[in-house]
Amino acid sequence: MNTAVAVEEKENYLNNGYGLKSWLLTKDHKRIAVLYFITISIFFAIGGTFASLIRAELLTPPGDLVSSETYNKLFTMHGVIMVFFFLIPSIPATMGNFFLPMMIGARDLAFPRVNLLSWYLLIAGGILAIYAMIAGGVDTGWTFYTPYSTTYSNTYVITTALGIFVAGFSSILTGLNFIVTVHRMRAPGMTWFRMPLFVWANYATGLIQVLGTPVIAVTLVLVFCERVFHIGIFDPQLGGDPILFQHLFWFYSHPAVYIMVLPGMGVISELISTFSRKAVFGYGFVAFSSVAIAVIGFLVWGHHLFVSGQSLYAGLVFSFLSYFVAIPSAIKVFNWTATLYKGSISFATPMLYAFGFIGLFTIGGLTGLFVASLGFDVHVTDTYFVIAHFHYVMVGGTIMAYMGGLHYWWPKMTGRMYPEGWAKLSALIIFVGFNFTFFPQFILGYVGMPRRYHAYPDEYQVLHVLSTAGATVLALGYLMPAVYFLWSLRYGEIASANPWGATGLEWQTPSPPPTHNFEHIPVVTHDAYDYTTVPREVMEVGR
Amino acid sequence: MGTRLPLFPEQASTISVEVDHLLYYLMAVSIFFTLLIFGAILYFAVKYRRKSDTEIPPSVHTGFALEIIWSVIPFGLTMIMFGWGASIFFRERRPPQDSMQIYVVAKQWMWKLQHTEGQREINELHIPINRPVELIMTSEDVIHSFFVPDFRTKQDVVPGRYETSWFNATKPGKYHLFCAEYCGTKHSGMIGWVYAMEPKDYEVWLAGGPKGTMVEAGAKLFEDLACVNCHHPDGSGRGPSLVGVFGSTVKLVGGGTVKADEAYIRESILNPAAKVVEGYMPDMPVFQGLVTEENVVQLIEYVKSLTPPRPAAPNVAVSSAPPNR
Amino acid sequence: MEDSHAQAETLALREQFDTEAQQKDASTLGMWIFLITEIMFFGGMFAAYTIYRSAYPTVFGVASSSLNVTIGAINTCVLLLSSFTMVMAVRAGQLGQRNMIIFFLIITLIFGCVFLGVKAYEWTEKYEEHHMPGQIAFHLDGTPLQGPAKLFFSLYFAMTGLHALHMVVGVGILTFIILETKNGKYSADYYTPIDIAGLYWHFVDIVWIFLFPLLYLIDRHLPK
Repeated sequence: MNTAVAVEEKENYLNNGYGLKSWLLTKDHKRIAVLYFITISIFFAIGGTFASLIRAELLTPPGDLVSSETYNKLFTMHGVIMVFFFLIPSIPATMGNFFLPMMIGARDLAFPRVNLLSWYLLIAGGILAIYAMIAGGVDTGWTFYTPYSTTYSNTYVITTALGIFVAGFSSILTGLNFIVTVHRMRAPGMTWFRMPLFVWANYATGLIQVLGTPVIAVTLVLVFCERVFHIGIFDPQLGGDPILFQHLFWFYSHPAVYIMVLPGMGVISELISTFSRKAVFGYGFVAFSSVAIAVIGFLVWGHHLFVSGQSLYAGLVFSFLSYFVAIPSAIKVFNWTATLYKGSISFATPMLYAFGFIGLFTIGGLTGLFVASLGFDVHVTDTYFVIAHFHYVMVGGTIMAYMGGLHYWWPKMTGRMYPEGWAKLSALIIFVGFNFTFFPQFILGYVGMPRRYHAYPDEYQVLHVLSTAGATVLALGYLMPAVYFLWSLRYGEIASANPWGATGLEWQTPSPPPTHNFEHIPVVTHDAYDYTTVPREVMEVGR
Repeated sequence: MGTRLPLFPEQASTISVEVDHLLYYLMAVSIFFTLLIFGAILYFAVKYRRKSDTEIPPSVHTGFALEIIWSVIPFGLTMIMFGWGASIFFRERRPPQDSMQIYVVAKQWMWKLQHTEGQREINELHIPINRPVELIMTSEDVIHSFFVPDFRTKQDVVPGRYETSWFNATKPGKYHLFCAEYCGTKHSGMIGWVYAMEPKDYEVWLAGGPKGTMVEAGAKLFEDLACVNCHHPDGSGRGPSLVGVFGSTVKLVGGGTVKADEAYIRESILNPAAKVVEGYMPDMPVFQGLVTEENVVQLIEYVKSLTPPRPAAPNVAVSSAPPNR
Repeated sequence: MEDSHAQAETLALREQFDTEAQQKDASTLGMWIFLITEIMFFGGMFAAYTIYRSAYPTVFGVASSSLNVTIGAINTCVLLLSSFTMVMAVRAGQLGQRNMIIFFLIITLIFGCVFLGVKAYEWTEKYEEHHMPGQIAFHLDGTPLQGPAKLFFSLYFAMTGLHALHMVVGVGILTFIILETKNGKYSADYYTPIDIAGLYWHFVDIVWIFLFPLLYLIDRHLPK
């Protein structure tokens, strides 16, 4: 283990300019990515704290830890922070920002200053949301259903909505930047079908961000107008329709879940390939599946409204299309699994997270098929079954992918290796803790435990205790990487340019990379996952 | 009570069994694919684990046929999920014609129920088994949701309109009633019980209630609110006669028509200018704010009573209804 | 390959791009995508309007007829003219004619301000007629359904208000571009900002072209 010795440090993006101003006014996509990493880690900690309080309250049937008002604020704020300030930006704004330009051989994104603006917008939105929480909180649920949110709640609805509105523009601009970059800034020889699948995934995500987010922006404007001016758009007493809100809200919020999971799938494609040393099986199909998910994802929002009073026939259409959108995800899972066939498989930490993703996303996705079935959904909608379903795909899926990508690219971004033993242990703890937290919730939901309940009937306690126990383990699992990653910045083994023997242009630069990414813009002559191009001495490192 | 570990809800309605059967199919498919994927990953990971640091596996190309097969077969399996779920849903959304109707008014944070015979309940619902029960529901404030897990039924209850939910209880017992749409501070307190009873016991319970059916209450309101001054039964008043209106198709000023159902009657009371009957002036006063939702459903029952029942409808007494399904 | 980062960065060729053509291409594509997001933004309100219009056709017809169609038509002409002058400004940009650029941009700016002024007058008229939701004495003659009437006007003010806000931003952008032109920043080789400002301006114009018939003209022919 080679700790830092007095070695002349090469110029890289981290040491190229010191001081707050060089960071806060940077145009470098890599520095912006680091800013995002810090920011969303803070939001994750806040959202996670709310989750811990929720699980602590649910240890016992009566509502005895916090008051009802407080509990309602806790689950609302947990949802708002996790969805809008953690999951939506997570992988695109960190790893997408850092690596998308490098992977296609570009020097930066198309619009670096817009990229910096995106970060400031997330900060501004986050400050508004956190201000709302400190000033007294918001208790409408992250879904803001009317007329409760517009007429009855007397909490900080507008401030929170404004925070989400501003953060939405952060997301739109990131998506816009990625789309233009992929279209116009690929290096010579980098055709569409030579791009890494991570780029395809972030491209498809950008399409959703750009088309979907404006709709929730205007919906929040209407909520604001209703709340302040009582225009009656969602108020039945004035001729309005509260269910119109649900349609407008879910028109964005369903595609939003694909914003949250598609980049994760992109990471998995990279990990499975590198740690099997094989091209992803069915590359073209996986690439097209990303775009298919983005497109079809816009057509299924009504599956959140099956019991809302929506027409029977609308329900049929949305249920059918919801099955349709599942197929591209299934195609990806089969192709990733097939990539392992006749591969050369290594069990480094990123690969463990990739395996975890495939397993847990499969379960989460399969339970999506349960709720897409009309007759079944009538029973389980608005229960813990749905909570379990989306946590399986968002935490068991996206967050696993985020952790996998973080470990994978850590040496490239920081020039240091994380400690492999501790990392593997954490991955295992997270996997076990996660399943203990959320699997009991499927059962809880089917036996009838509704969502957003502060107190519950006695007989549900055993399952809740199991879930809270799991959550404690899961929290420990997340704390460990926080510690060892920070430790590694100072004491971690110095990383080489390509510790994993991976393909991809980002591995052809030093670790950490220089500000301008490439000394010379590469000319690409081979496909994305061609391991014959990896030098022997890189492979001999043996990870 | 805290030591009981419920892993499965009771099957207490005709639809419960069907939903559970669909669950078994969904679970079977899921377990199959989960084991398949987990198994494949485990097998490949072990069999193809890296043996030498510098080995480069040969590339393996996919085939169009393979991709099609493993798309089409899962799609076929999901279409069964779709069809089966849709079939259950269709039946859940269409109450049988001979259902016993009960009115539900939800408000923060309680359930108010009215039997047509006059019994009123709060947070409790007594029903006979083996009889389809149709709930006609509205909310006074925000969106709630009427959820009985053991019946596998759920329906959002929306302000400003009526939604219906129906079930046919098969087992006597006491079943949880939950509000399933977040509605504010005491959302988790908006719970109660559904008591499914043997028909004889239900009759006894019904008889023990206050005298005065909903129709009678509605008739009294009709007098007290002076509806009778304009709505003469012979049509000689300033407003149309209401005899025979319920269930008919009404012609409106401006050329449209509307089916005179519960929603139409409610709207006509609360916002009469919205749909004016052809040949009449929009003179009816607005009763929004002057009547509660509970008053409205009593008036609706009264108006319903002015329409003679269709021939061959079963009699109101419950005890002679044969157990069905 | 030449180290392109060794060249000094210019407005026309920023360091992340390889050629000026690539930068122009990327900037234009970026503006088009932004305009698509704007379509989705306005689209939400158009959807709400369409849904309520089909729910309350008579009331919306009466309310729509109360709008001042003459003023609306004047504003439509003003905007169409402004788009023409904007195109002329872009043309002048292509030819590198600095004075003509400034001339046409200023005329476009004036037209934009005229639009906003006329709008302000129109809204004042609505206020005086008690057609502004939020006014205590709100009342629309010709229909008993005041709730839906209020809804029409809420959507009217929200949609035209959002549009006016975009016009104000447009005026700001034009002002900025005029100043940059004055300072000699543009030439026949580099006039991209004028081009994409033009795209934005045309978009705001097109939104109005949809708003005007939808809000002012439908059902106008029907007898009251």
